[in-house]
Amino acid sequence: MAVYSTSEFRNGLKVMIDGDPCVIVENEVVKPGKGQAFNRVKTRNLKTGRVLERTYKSGESMEGADVVDTEMQFLYGDGESWHFMDPESFEQYAVDANAMGDAVKWLKGQEDCTVTLWNGQPISVVPPNFVELQITETDPGLRGDTSGGGGKPATLETGAVVRVPLFVDQGEIIRVDTRSGEYSSRVKS
Amino acid sequence: MNGDWHPGATLEVLRDRAAIVDGIRTFFRERGVLEVDTPQLCRSTASDPHLKSLGVITGIPGYGQVPCFLQTSPEFAMKRLLAAGSGPIYQISHAFRDGELSRRHNIEFSMLEWYRPGMDIEALRAEVSELVAVVLATPVKFPCVTYRDLFQQHLGVDPLLCSLDALLTVLENQGLAYVTRPESKNDWRPFCLDLLFSHCIEHRLGAHSPVFVIEFPAEQAALAEVRVLPDGARVAERFELFYRGVELANGYRELTDAAEYRRRHQADEVARKRLNLPAVPFDERLHAAMLAGLPDCSGVAMGVDRLVMLRANLTRIDEVMAFSINRV
Repeated sequence: MAVYSTSEFRNGLKVMIDGDPCVIVENEVVKPGKGQAFNRVKTRNLKTGRVLERTYKSGESMEGADVVDTEMQFLYGDGESWHFMDPESFEQYAVDANAMGDAVKWLKGQEDCTVTLWNGQPISVVPPNFVELQITETDPGLRGDTSGGGGKPATLETGAVVRVPLFVDQGEIIRVDTRSGEYSSRVKS
Repeated sequence: MNGDWHPGATLEVLRDRAAIVDGIRTFFRERGVLEVDTPQLCRSTASDPHLKSLGVITGIPGYGQVPCFLQTSPEFAMKRLLAAGSGPIYQISHAFRDGELSRRHNIEFSMLEWYRPGMDIEALRAEVSELVAVVLATPVKFPCVTYRDLFQQHLGVDPLLCSLDALLTVLENQGLAYVTRPESKNDWRPFCLDLLFSHCIEHRLGAHSPVFVIEFPAEQAALAEVRVLPDGARVAERFELFYRGVELANGYRELTDAAEYRRRHQADEVARKRLNLPAVPFDERLHAAMLAGLPDCSGVAMGVDRLVMLRANLTRIDEVMAFSINRV
């Protein structure tokens, strides 16, 4: 794998830190007028999501990480693993709960997700920005109220719980923003 | 490369910038300081190991392909004008520092540099504060703090006289011991000081008013005079001006001794070799000018882009330039 020196550091670069694949999310060069330069680098661990800040001396280098984002379709979960298929190669990948993370909450099948592969192994899954899911349980709706103020909890068919406006009923399909986990709108069926 | 052709700065900022430059020229005209224009393309350049000059192979008829350098500051040429009897001079020009790119750095940037023969460094600081106070509309009296006091106050260590081990202990306490150190232990002391200053001190400086940091360690003298304090500590007669954590200016009681200039160049060359950096040719013409007599003087360089950033309340240098390096 390629080796990158501080002068090549940039946002989005995938590198190995302490044996884990990470992505650079911030790279700030600190350079006193008459002193030596340092790179203050924030990286996100692609397996754990944890953000780490470290300083590198100018001229140091990091090993690149063989990480690729691939669009894949979610097929089904079997309780232990979640199965995805690369629509181009038809190759299937089994993803464990650790790598699934929060994506589990939003997927019922057929969704196009971004699966991150490290050395060919899935390490994380990003669901579509918006998913449409049916409400399986919520308190009865208040017809007159369309203000959306207040709200109430609603359980979705995947088990996720989101806050919805008071006028939304059990059995309805709603659109949810997976990045914030918030209700977006009702879907007319 | 994408097709974004727009300038990084808004037209409003560019107008503000022009007004600031206009104000600088008025400031110096009223004080009888002569504006000069010296070359940015020269056969020699600064030897400081932490400055990287852009090399340009230049076809000079009669000499063939000559390695030249874009200047990291107009210092050498301006000092030759001083030796030629120019009196007080200033220049607003572009300077180039290879590899320096960040929110506050652009490889090509605008520098205001001026020299005051016969003026001591306190008087020059006063003049710097008068100029900055006009541009940034701040009170004119800026506090002064020594490099030593800053380290003692924030890190509990005397940066001038403490042992290397004491500095390494401070690194440990600050959670910075993991940072890879230079290969040669000779470079560890300045490395520790730069690391601590940039990570633990710099961002705190000048939160409310611009502040001068004075009396830098002698190792960071560049071409400033060095003075010995009563307790034996050696300090460079240098100051830096900080405002809202931004280094805005760097001033010197200028070294006038030609032999000492040669010694410092040689010391830089030794350090450059150790750090695997290319050698920089000695500027014989500056040396000759110093032998002929550089008047006692103080000089200062100020970042014009950063001045505009502070006045416009912007945090990225790209927002005050027409086209920063990622737009050209």
